[in-house]
Amino acid sequence: MFKTLILILMGGVLINNYVLQQFLGICPFLGVSKKVNQAVGMGVAVTFVMLFATAATYPIYAYILEPNGLSFLQTIVFILVIATLVQFVEIVLKKFIPSLFKALGVYLPLITTNCAVLGVTLNNITDGYNFLESMVSSLGVGLGFLLAMVLFAGVRSRIEMCPAPKAFKGLPTTLIAASIVAMSFYGFSGVIEGLLG
Amino acid sequence: MKNNKLSILLRGIIQENPVLILVLGTCPTLATTGNVISALSMGLAATFVLVCSNAVISALRKIIPDTVRIPCYIVIIAGFVTILQLLLQAYLPSIYDMLGVYLALIVVNCIILGRAEMFARKNPIANSVLDGLGMGLGFLVALLAMATVREVLGAGSFAGIVLPFMDEIKIPILTQAPGGYLVFGILIAVMNKLTEKRGGVKKKSFSCEGCPSAAACKGGCDVKTEEKEENVNV
Repeated sequence: MFKTLILILMGGVLINNYVLQQFLGICPFLGVSKKVNQAVGMGVAVTFVMLFATAATYPIYAYILEPNGLSFLQTIVFILVIATLVQFVEIVLKKFIPSLFKALGVYLPLITTNCAVLGVTLNNITDGYNFLESMVSSLGVGLGFLLAMVLFAGVRSRIEMCPAPKAFKGLPTTLIAASIVAMSFYGFSGVIEGLLG
Repeated sequence: MKNNKLSILLRGIIQENPVLILVLGTCPTLATTGNVISALSMGLAATFVLVCSNAVISALRKIIPDTVRIPCYIVIIAGFVTILQLLLQAYLPSIYDMLGVYLALIVVNCIILGRAEMFARKNPIANSVLDGLGMGLGFLVALLAMATVREVLGAGSFAGIVLPFMDEIKIPILTQAPGGYLVFGILIAVMNKLTEKRGGVKKKSFSCEGCPSAAACKGGCDVKTEEKEENVNV
């Protein structure tokens, strides 16, 4: 049981990294990775919302949609739940934990249309996880997102200085750097199974 | 007038190509271009949703209250995505399996929400449909271009048909995740070079900055403008 959870967690962080291997959540990955502190803020906010979103969507699916044969409505229901949830989290944080709101607040509205959040909730259902496994998987994916953001922000701050050809300035260089970072994550495949298996 | 309609259609394909110029909808662009078939299915699926949602949003543009328009658009778009999911599941299950979660994720594709916000809510139905069709085809063309490069060089085949000479010199990493980023980067650099020669299309920056729905998420833009100012100072 414990081993399965560790596998799911590490799988989300390293092997099936959403940004670098599955191409989910590219917009914030490219947009908010110019500075390390902003990358950390965005990564933490995404992890936070993913956990809340999973905690909200999983029971809705398991206890409302599925028993009533409405599972085809999951896309509509999930995106609405996530959009509402983000608003709700924003309001609650603003009222009760203003310091956290200050740190994460600017990133929250951007997360509503982040495909990684919708993606992880949908994938948890597709993969047939139970509630605990879903939460662990969301945590893993969120931490993986954070890791990718922070690593890439570090790489990018160096790349900005490079004398690239004019046509490659800006986005193309960034994408090629992302490609190399993604390649480095291939080194992890098999490591986790090897350690625990 | 006819010219005007044609230009609405063509604009999305070349001048304002959503992927290569506006750099929207990057997630499906990178994820589904490993082979030509999945790129084609993704492009057609997104075009279908874009045309339908543009038509409905444009038809309802006087009814939807301004303050809650984004949730309304999301419901309309998600509705069409669900219709598409059910249709594909019933008639083309192999495509449904191939696109997997990315089919559902058309809901959060920036291009669709962006066109609703930028175009469909201000324009009559016919123009909105044309705009949706143009943008959808632009998306499709960009996906196909990328998938062709990736599949021919990476797998030595085109749409599953093995090419004689290319098969021996394939570079498998191009069909995998790192190759997606690499080919996309090079393709955008090529577009930069081409548009630069033509006197330059008005350059728009990428991701959330270039996202028309950024107006809806005020916070994100504040981050960006601060950043810009800081960069100027440095």
